[in-house]
Amino acid sequence: MAFRDGPFENIKVPLVWTAALTVVVAIVVCVLLLISDVRAQTSAYQPVRAGVEAVTGPVGGVFAAPVRWFGHATDYVGGYFFAVSENRRLKRDLAELQPWRDQAIALKNVNSRYEAMLGIRPDPPVAMQTARSISDTRGPFSNARLIDAGSSKGIKVGNPVINEQGLVGRVVGTSGHVSRVVLLTDVASRTPVLVDRTDARALLTGDGSPNPRLEFVRGVGAVKAGDRILSSGDGGGFPRGVPIGVAAKGVDGSWRVKLFSDRGAIDYVRVMLFEDFSQLIGADDLNAPPLAALGTLSEATSAQTTAISDSAARRDVARAGVAQAQADAAAAAATAPAPTRPAPVPSPPASTPPTPQPTPQPATEPAAPPPGEPG
Amino acid sequence: MRRSVAVRIVGPVQWIVIPALITVAAAIVLATPVELFGLNLPEPVIPMVLAFAWPLIRPSVIAPLVLTALGLFLDIFTYGPLGLWALALLGIYAVVLASRSFLIGQDTGVLFVWYAACCGLAFMLVYLVVSLIARNPPSLLALLGQIVPTLLLFPFANHMVEQFDDGDVRFR
Repeated sequence: MAFRDGPFENIKVPLVWTAALTVVVAIVVCVLLLISDVRAQTSAYQPVRAGVEAVTGPVGGVFAAPVRWFGHATDYVGGYFFAVSENRRLKRDLAELQPWRDQAIALKNVNSRYEAMLGIRPDPPVAMQTARSISDTRGPFSNARLIDAGSSKGIKVGNPVINEQGLVGRVVGTSGHVSRVVLLTDVASRTPVLVDRTDARALLTGDGSPNPRLEFVRGVGAVKAGDRILSSGDGGGFPRGVPIGVAAKGVDGSWRVKLFSDRGAIDYVRVMLFEDFSQLIGADDLNAPPLAALGTLSEATSAQTTAISDSAARRDVARAGVAQAQADAAAAAATAPAPTRPAPVPSPPASTPPTPQPTPQPATEPAAPPPGEPG
Repeated sequence: MRRSVAVRIVGPVQWIVIPALITVAAAIVLATPVELFGLNLPEPVIPMVLAFAWPLIRPSVIAPLVLTALGLFLDIFTYGPLGLWALALLGIYAVVLASRSFLIGQDTGVLFVWYAACCGLAFMLVYLVVSLIARNPPSLLALLGQIVPTLLLFPFANHMVEQFDDGDVRFR
């Protein structure tokens, strides 16, 4: 008896049920994946992500290349048509920027002098690595880019990424020749920032929209529309002072930031090979004496030497005057008859500056505070 | 004398593998960093078309597996949490599979309403999961900017259903 003639002849293939079972199993797998993966760099799936990005990155680069060539061609043609107006604009900008350049040079000079005098250890200069954007992910749930530079060029997870306008985002994954950059607008992006005008701290939180929110603003009236927002450097993730954007009031009433990086296409970017500066200092440097940095002070000029000598001479003269007055008072007390009440201590001449008593106080008794000062 | 009639064989390669590959290619192309007059390319969730059309064409064991793979690819490609888009696509597939006996043979308008409802459900699921993971709700305006292009892809889903639906009663 053939199979088709048997009792199983009319059994239908339960495709709907097997498909439903497959769906249920796949959903369970997805939920488990979702629970186990939090997009962290320590995720066990990070090599899988890096592998897929290493494959899709060059493919995206192939599609991005014609776009870039087209952009260069339009720039080239537009340069001819708008040469006059652009020349006028550049001259105007140049005239406006020249005083700023002079001020910047003067301030840089003063600042370096202060740093040397105070023994401040400034952040080391940050090396840069230029890269091209080859793929762009947009939408409410993810804002990220792939760039064509990876760990082979020294890029590490956490490196800040900027374009010629301002901060773009930070690197969250690298493979040999491709890196993943999460933009400031990504829903998972959090950036510590400061308001340039008031030095108030805040947290820049992306939500998938072009203008990320400004949250946890400290102080009343710390922000107003048009304030420049810079990276604060808190936490060591970003260097301090990288321009980010200007504050603006959103339609929902919250403070938002119009990003500088949106002023132009994010095609070429620069990766700042920045690491937390505290990691660059060895443990021995942290244990060094507090004044060790004075060794970095440069030699004083002749004018400074003269000023210091003059100041020291004036101080010696003042001390000698005080000592002479005390000696005269002691001699007068020795020659005069013993009074029934102690004589008042003569005050120093009004012309001499107040100086601390040269005689040491007894070690067993704390010094009495002078009148008018808190004990 | 009987003349031979050319029979079109529609296997999983035709209605599952090739559309899936086209979807992957389209996702990569639409991720090209193009900016014209301040506007970027739209970024719809293209596999939602397949998640809606496949269960209407016929139930299959391969289709949910390929959908899962497509979702995982999207998760990695868009740097999302692993399993997020796969879960959303399987949600659409499950809803349409459960209601396919009602949807088969319906007018295009009814199919569009059902497509929009399924996509809305999937986006809501993704929105909730992302809000939970990032502890930060994404912008609703940006969400709308992704939903609208996805809904505009409905003609492709309708075309797939009409092209591959062979009316086999075994699958009803």
